[in-house]
Formats: sequence, C-alpha cells, structure tokens
Amino acid sequence: MESWANVIMKKAFKHGSQNTIDQLKTIGRELSMGTQGNWLSSKEYLDLVKAIGEAKSKAEEESIVMAEIEHLKKRIMEPDVPRKKMKEYIIRLVYVEMLGHDASFGYIYAVKMTHDDNLLCKRSGYLATTLFLNEDHDLIILIVNTIQKDLKSDNYLVVCAALTAVCKLINEETIPAVLPQVVDLLGHPKEQVRKKAVMALHRFQQRSPSSMSHLLTKFRQILCDKDPSVMSAALCALFDLVSADVKGFKNLTASFVSILKQVAEHRLPRAYDYHRTPAPFIQIKLLKILALLGAGDKHASENMYSVLMDVIKRNEPGKGDPGSNITNAILYECICTITAIMANSKLLGLAAEITSRFLKSDSHNYKYMGIDALGRVIEINPDFAEEHQLSVIDCLEDQDDTLKRKTLDLLYKMTKSSNVEVIVDRMISYMRTLSDAHNKTEIATRIIELTERFAPSNQWFIQTMNQVFELAGDLVPVKVAHDLMRLLSKGAGEDDEEADSLLRSSAVESYLQLLAEPKLPSILLQVACWVLGEYGTVDGTHSADDIIGKLCDVAEAHPGDNVVKGYAITAITKICAFEIGAGREVELIPECRSFVDDLLASHSTDLQQRAYELQVFFGLGADLVRKVLPVNGSGEEIEFDRELPFLQEFVDSALANGARPYLDENERLGVDSGMSSFVSSSRSHHEPSHGLRFEAYETPTAAIPSGSAAAPSSLLPDFEESVTELTRSVRNQTDSSQVDLLGPEVARLRLDGVQRKWGRTSGSSQPSLAPTPASEQQRRDSGVSEGASSNKESSPAEPRHEIYSSSFEGKKVEREIPAEKQRLAASLFGGSSVQKGSSGGVKGGVKASKAAGNVRPGEKGVPPRPAAGSGKKKNWSAAEPKQASSSLMDLVDMSGDDSLPVHDAKASYDPFKELEGLLGVPSTAASSTSVGLGKSTMDFMSLYDSAPVVSQSASSLAGDSDVLSLSHRRSGGMDGANGVEGGLIDLNILPSLSPLAGLGELAQSSSSLSPSTGVSDKKGPSRQHSLQKDAASRQVGVTPTGANPALFQDLFG
Amino acid sequence: MIHFVLLISRQGKVRLTKWYSPYTQKERTKVIRELSGMILSRGPKLCNFLEWRGLKVVYKRYASLYFCMCVDADDNELETLEIIHHFVEILDRYFGNVCELDLIFNFHKAYYILDEVLIAGELQETSKKSVARVIAAQDTLIEHAKEQSNSLSNIIAQATK
Repeated sequence: MESWANVIMKKAFKHGSQNTIDQLKTIGRELSMGTQGNWLSSKEYLDLVKAIGEAKSKAEEESIVMAEIEHLKKRIMEPDVPRKKMKEYIIRLVYVEMLGHDASFGYIYAVKMTHDDNLLCKRSGYLATTLFLNEDHDLIILIVNTIQKDLKSDNYLVVCAALTAVCKLINEETIPAVLPQVVDLLGHPKEQVRKKAVMALHRFQQRSPSSMSHLLTKFRQILCDKDPSVMSAALCALFDLVSADVKGFKNLTASFVSILKQVAEHRLPRAYDYHRTPAPFIQIKLLKILALLGAGDKHASENMYSVLMDVIKRNEPGKGDPGSNITNAILYECICTITAIMANSKLLGLAAEITSRFLKSDSHNYKYMGIDALGRVIEINPDFAEEHQLSVIDCLEDQDDTLKRKTLDLLYKMTKSSNVEVIVDRMISYMRTLSDAHNKTEIATRIIELTERFAPSNQWFIQTMNQVFELAGDLVPVKVAHDLMRLLSKGAGEDDEEADSLLRSSAVESYLQLLAEPKLPSILLQVACWVLGEYGTVDGTHSADDIIGKLCDVAEAHPGDNVVKGYAITAITKICAFEIGAGREVELIPECRSFVDDLLASHSTDLQQRAYELQVFFGLGADLVRKVLPVNGSGEEIEFDRELPFLQEFVDSALANGARPYLDENERLGVDSGMSSFVSSSRSHHEPSHGLRFEAYETPTAAIPSGSAAAPSSLLPDFEESVTELTRSVRNQTDSSQVDLLGPEVARLRLDGVQRKWGRTSGSSQPSLAPTPASEQQRRDSGVSEGASSNKESSPAEPRHEIYSSSFEGKKVEREIPAEKQRLAASLFGGSSVQKGSSGGVKGGVKASKAAGNVRPGEKGVPPRPAAGSGKKKNWSAAEPKQASSSLMDLVDMSGDDSLPVHDAKASYDPFKELEGLLGVPSTAASSTSVGLGKSTMDFMSLYDSAPVVSQSASSLAGDSDVLSLSHRRSGGMDGANGVEGGLIDLNILPSLSPLAGLGELAQSSSSLSPSTGVSDKKGPSRQHSLQKDAASRQVGVTPTGANPALFQDLFG
Repeated sequence: MIHFVLLISRQGKVRLTKWYSPYTQKERTKVIRELSGMILSRGPKLCNFLEWRGLKVVYKRYASLYFCMCVDADDNELETLEIIHHFVEILDRYFGNVCELDLIFNFHKAYYILDEVLIAGELQETSKKSVARVIAAQDTLIEHAKEQSNSLSNIIAQATK
C-alpha cells in the first residue's frame, strides 16, 4: 500500500503542479491511515499520543496517563481479548511505562504474549518483557521455558528475538537452563545468531563467571570467526576476561595485534567503515584490550609499537585539520593505550602531540578529552604539564561545568605540597557552586584526602576542614570529624606543647566565631562542641560561663538533634569538671540549669545518663573529679582489657550450669552460615520469611535443565527446602546468643526462639553490668572513641608525588600572560616561580610577537598585552582558515560528520551565498528566525567580518579579544534565545547578541545547508517523505503549523 | 558498557528509554528528571559530556531531540558520541529523513532497531548495512506472517459462517 502511495507521489512530483500535490496530500492522508493501521489499528492509541503531546502541563499529562492506565486495566483483563488488540494494549503499556508510570498489572500479559506462536506477537511480547522486567523479577521464571523453546526454533528471527531477551532477562539462577542451547547456537549458520549468542555468553560471564569457567576457550575460538561482527562481539567478552585475568591471555597478544593491523589496513568489508574510517569501534575495542595486555609487560608492549604507530599515522589528520570525531576517538584511545603500556619515547611523543592538539582545539569536547589525556600523559612525564598550563587554567575557568570538573580531577592528580593550598582553594570555591549531594561528597572526599596528605600546617588543615564541614555538612563521613578532633588533641605529634596550645586556642576562637552563624551542619556543631568543651577554658581568655552559655545556645538551636545535644552536655560536663578540679566554685547559669533539667527528663536514655553524670560531678570532691576528667585528657591512650576478667566468675558459673561456651564472631560464622554477627541477631526474626521467598524461586532452576520446567511440580521440593530454611534460621537466632540454654531439637525450637527473645536482654547486658574505670573513661568522650580505636596515621604528607615535585621545580612561565593567570599558573605548576616567570616573560613575549608576526602579517598592531593568551588563539585560528572553519563546524552537533570533508574542500565559500541560503531556508525556519535576523542585520555583517575564514579584518576583533572572549563567555548563557520552537534548530539558537557565538552558528547552518553531503545522499527523496509524514500527521491530527512543529524536523537538521 | 539510553525532547518529554543496568521504576523516573534537567539547561557550545554519579552521560542534540547514553567512567566519550550518531544514521536510513514524529508513533520500531545496534549494553553491530538487512528481514517476515494469519483467519471465518 505504501509503495502505491509512493508511486502516486512520484508522479505528482513529475508533473509538479501545486494543485495536484495538494490533492495528493489528501489521498496520502487517507492512504497513510492504512499504513498506520499496519501495526496499530486503533485510533485510541494515536489519540492518546496526541493528547499527551499536546498536554500543557505535567499535571495534565499525568491525568491523561492515569486515565489510560485505568482504561487499559479494565480492557486487558477482559476475557478473550483478540490477539491483535492485546498486542496493541501491550504496546500502549510500554508507552505508559516509558512515561514513568507503573504498569506492573500488565506484565503478566506481556509474558503471556511471548508464548504466542505468531512471530509478530512473540516479538512484541519479548520487547515488552525486556522493557518491563529487570533480571530479578519474579515473572522471569515463567518465561524461561518459552525462551528455551524459541532458542531451538528453525526460524532465525525467532532465535534472535529469544537471544535478545536472554541478554536482558536471564539471571544468575536461570543461566544453567539456557546455557547449553546458547552455546550450541555458536555454530549457527546465520552470523546474526552467532553474534547474539556470543553477546549472551558475555552477559552470562558478567553475571556469573563461575558458571562460564569451562567455556573460556570458546571465546578464543570465536575470535577466529570469519564474520567481523561475530569477531567484534567476542572482543567485548574478551575485554572483560582479560581485565579479570591478564596472565591467562598474554598469548593472544600477537593475535590482537594482527587483527588490529588488518582492521587499520582496511581489510574488512566496506560495510564496516564508519565515515570512511575502517571499523573504528573494533579498533577502539582492540586498543583497550592491548592496553590491558601491555601494562607492565615490556615484551608484550614491544609487539604493539609498530601497530600503534600505524594506527596513529592513519588517523592523524592533516596539518590544520581537527579531524573527525571518530578518528579522534581512536587517537584518544591510542593515548590511553600508550600511557598504559610500557611505551617507547617515540610513541609517548606522539601521545603528547595529540594531547596538545586536543587541548588547543576550540571544541569543548576535544578540550575535555585533552584534559583527560593530559592527566594520563603527566603520570609518565610530569614535565609535560607546564607546556599546557595556560590551556589548563583556561579550562579551569571555563563556564562549562563538566570541563571544570575534569580539570579539577587533573589538578587533583597533580597536587603536591607546594600547590595544595591553591588547588584546595579552587576545589572549595567550586564546591560552593554545587548543589547535588553526589558531586559534593566526591569533591569533599578529595579535598579531605589532599588536605590530610599535603597540609602545610595544622592551622590550615583545621580551617580547610571547617570549610568542608560547613559546605558539605553531613555528607562528610563522621570519621573525618574524629580525625580532626584527634589531631587537635594529639597536637602536631612533636613535643611542642606551646604550638599545640596555640593551635587549640585558635581553633576555639574560630569555632566561637562560627557558632555565631545561623545554620550549621550537625557534624560541624559536634566538632565545635567537643573543641569548646575540651579546650574552651584552657587558655583562660574565655570564662566557663561564656562557653557554657554558647553551648546551651547551640543545644537550644537544635532541639531535634540528639547527637549535638549529647556533645553539648558532655562539653558542659567537662568544663564544669575542669572548674571543680581547679578548686573553683561552680554555679550553673540559669539557662544551663533548665537545659540540664530538660535532659534529665529526656526520652533519650543516653542524654539522661549524661545529664545525671553532670549532676554527680557536683557532689564529688576536686581530687576525684580531676582523676575522672583530667584537663587535656583526650590525648591519652585508653587501656582496655578485652578479656573482661571481672566477668570470669559469672561465665564459669553459667558454663557449669550447662551453657554453651562463647564463640567469637568468626567462629560462629564458620559454624552456621546464616548468622553474621551478634548484632544482627536482632534482625533475625525477619529472616525466615526472607529465606522462604527467595528459595521458592530458586528451585525451579534446578528442575529446568532436566527438561520439564513445569512450575507446579517444582513447588514441592521448594516447600521442603524452605521449611528447613525456616528451622535453620530459627536456630541461628538461638545460636547467636553466647549462652544457649536450650536443647537442639528442631521441633521445640520455634517456641524456644520466642522465649529467647525475652531472655536475650540479660545476655547482652552482661558486658556492661559492672562498668570499669576503662569503660567509664571511654564513655566520657564517646565521640572520640571510634576515631581513637581506628588508630589512623595522622602524619599527612605521604610523598607519593615526590617524583613530580622535583621536576616541577625548574619551571618557568613562558608566554606573556595576564598577571593574575600567571600567578595562578605559577602557584599551580611551579610553586615559587613568579620571579622566574617574569624573567622568562620577556623571552616569551618576544616569542609570542614573533609568532604573531610569522603567522599574520596584518597582525602587527597587536601588542603583547595581558590578553595575549586568548588573543593568540585567534591568531592561530585565523592563520589556518581551513582548520578554523572545520573546527568550528565540529562544534556543531547537528551536521553529519560526512559533511566535513566536503566543507574542507570548499573552504573559500562565498559568505553572501551562505547568508542567502540561510535566509532562504523554507517555511518555518525562516519565519522563526526572522525576529533575530531583523533585529541585527548589521550584526550579521559584522559576524562575517569577524569570521577568520572569510576576512582578514578579524584581526581587529582579535586585537580586542578581551571583549570577544567576554561575549564568548556570555554566549553560553544565551541558551534562552532558543525559546522559539519551530524551524531549523541551528537557526533557533542563533544568539543575536554575541558575535562570536553567532559565528559558530553560521558555520553550523551552512554545514547543514550544504548540498549533497554523504548523509543526505543516502536518504530517500526527502520531499516525498515529508509529504507522507505530513499526511500521516494530518490523519493523526497534528499539523506542522500546530502546537509543536519541531516534531517534524528532520533529525539531521 | 552502556547503562541506559534516553531520548528526550527539548520540552523534557521522554521519547524512548532503554535500561541495560537494573533500575527500579522509581529510580528511572528520578534519573530521567535529574538528567533532563541537567542536559536541557546546557548551552549549545559546551561539551557533550556530563559526569554524573560516578558515570558519564554523553548526549547529542539532533533537531529537537536529545539522544543520551550513560556509560562507565572509563569509556571513550568520543566513541559513545559516534555510537549515538551511528544509531541516528540507522534510524534515518530506516525511516527516511527521520524526525521526532516518527519516533513518537513508531517507538516500538525504534526499540527493535536499537536492539539490533546495542545488546546488553554493548555495541553489537557496527555495520549499518547488516542492521538494515536484519530489520528488513523482520519486517518482511512479519508482513508475510500477517498475511498468512489473515488469510487463515479469513478461511476459518468463512468456514464457520
């Protein structure tokens, strides 16, 4: 039917009369009703999509979808729904689920549909199930039988559909059920089937390596498959295998090298070319594997040298040409491989060269890759960084968040003690701009790591930590706070008491200041309370009442936070104790009195206890108090006798009465696998039901390989097993307590288990029956105890980056750069090289101007001034128009990469032609942009003036590069200009304010307008298609001029 | 490995989702909301990558549609960008000047095509030709099966009359 429509339309084009076309549109509409009906006959579905598409608000969409769900629920459950209808319902369910709503009521119908004999239905069923179900879904078991059957089908399409489902649905438990059949399919005559079978095996390998161990040789065999797609599928699996076990695959190195060589030499069929590059995806995969094989292996690496050279040579673009995305992808992968293996200097040189090219590129994508590559290269050759310091700083200050983060990653790798302050400062200011928890945690962890490793002084360490706590708050692990407290209590580690007390008083001051701020994260408050309690009154500048008042304020401001309250009351206790210990009379201030009274009646026993302890101190003598809470006692080692000898008597008598001896955690684990620790015994009551549910779905797996996978028959063994499971876990529960007073009979156990629940308290409270001085001490600063026991090395500067520091020493700033940047560069890359930088600056200035002279005779007017950093970039791009034009185009996402070479060839195009073309874009495009165009025709002209491709007068703009770069910056924020929906998108995003940004857009639009590019060649006659689509859409009721004409845009722009 | 593929329109409407790693429905909604917010707000000249929860999201805009793929942190971003382009080219070849509307009304076909390009989170076929061939084979076979079943049901219908 469709083809008939095509014939008519083609005729219409031949005759060309507008009238006939209009008539035919109507016919087309009616015809397309038929073609639409090919797969979905119902108008209901089309209406649904249309309604959702036209929904004005999220709430409206929501209500439409909810109604649809209700409707489907009703319809799908009707008896005897015809197959075709059912298929449609399922597709609609997929749609609903895709929009983020729950369609779980229909899953079972999708599963049922896979049982259908009709391939069409079966495929829809598989599609829906793979989209609906995760591998751990309960319904999977129902589909295994069908998959088994389909894997044996004669029709390879059925087998393919089943294999696709296998990849998604088969979980660890069900692998044995299908594994033999999938392995058999490796010998299938159709390469699609073989390929999918390999991918399925790869998936199995990921899920459960143990079940695949006997098949490892298979993957080696597949590597020799005559079909390239099967071979490349094997590469995915081999990559995983090699990364798991490099040694076992060393002998394949030569094979991989020779495959890569052949691929690079274009020996594969043309069909595998991608934009004229031979099988790039296969090349990249191979390079990844080689990187694994060559790492730390001189011999294997040497075998790769020549092929790596070859690959680079073939993909390296000509001078001034940025190259296509895909060749750069390969080159980037080459860098990764070169830096991973033991490469020779020649390859490293090439890697460095490519990295520089990426970094100098105008495209943010390449800059990003360049920063990443730089991080890899400097791990081998740290000197390389200084050459690119300006690019790095540019990236660091870029408005692009991704690029900024990547650069921070790089700096993180480059950190050493001389630049840690600058880098951490940058990281903290970046953290200020973040809002999401994940990123913040990551950055905070890094800052903490760097500060711990490289901190130049304790003072700085504490300040940085406070900032981190303030910004990241509760995302910081508690351990870090404990480390900080320990640092304060232990001091610098040397016996320099004076420095320590200075440090402590400065900490007290800083926290007193901090506490004035209204909103602080809990963890910072905890640290502050602890510090104030421990050292608040030590140096005598603050009176006890002051500090206690502050602490009460803190507790009062956070009525919901029991931890902070606990810290506050403990701190108050300590201060009071110090006062009493010093022989002074202590009279609690009224607000503190009421705070303590509150806590005495608190629901939290912990807080109550602390408050009571405080009260007790008032009744004790000064000597005793001094013993219990000595001044600056937190630094002392606490001795703790793990044997608890005072309990021995009790244990002995229990044993004598027939109790079982205590087993420690590891022994218990060895004895019964179910119980992990004493603590988890409280949870064990839930375990029976847990075990029951999982077991029920496990057993059919075992039953399936035997052939008949009927679920009901397998329920019986299930049940048995779950019963044993139940009893086992009940036993675990009893085993878990140290003193098991009960007999082992299973029959009695259930009841006993309940009994034990009540009895347990006595068992667990044993250790705390008689508090020793030690445990008392421990509770005293329970906040620190965790940290103290973990006993981490607090000496920070572990010199992993020692190698770097020496090589960074002798660096100098080469070019003339803005003073601020220069300073930054110096502090980042060279420590104290400011002086050297200025002396080198003269040389650099000469160099820069000389370069400018060489490159552009018309450029003489540009003085070596602060902006030369960015100015230089302009020179460079203007000097090589071809490179500039195509790199600009490369920024442009919408143009097919096919079109690039075409543009290179016509680098000298007529700008006015392009402008005409721009304006001449048919229909919606023109209308939607006319606003922007009308506003600034002048702008357009200046745009062309400024385009380096077109005119030499770019120099005037380049000279004024400050302004330019400024507007360039601003252009990023100009996304708002895209408000207009219709028309070509590249015209849409034309920002009328920014000349430079507009330039990119122009190049973009010109590339999309270019005639006969590779992509458009391959497409069908576009007018004809658009007519059909128009007809289809009219039938649906959506018109190009309607609410959302963007829907009709050809994706390639 | 690719963890998921998303197609989002400029208005933030979901056009296609495919999850290769397990995500619950709740997580999916959250991921989509989070990512579409991040991606749609990015300017046109910024790079096409996002670092996100320890993974990387590579996106590319085609007309009014954003194609996004989430890959591991150590995957090659430029390659992923080209995988997206590869997929779009195949869609384009199949639909002939593919536009958003095609994907809306034929989203299940887009799924079938995606299944031929990617499998289990890996690129399975790098030859456009062979993808086109399989899809065509499926289409004709289905057509064929359909006719058959139609004629069969016709016969039955007539016989039972």
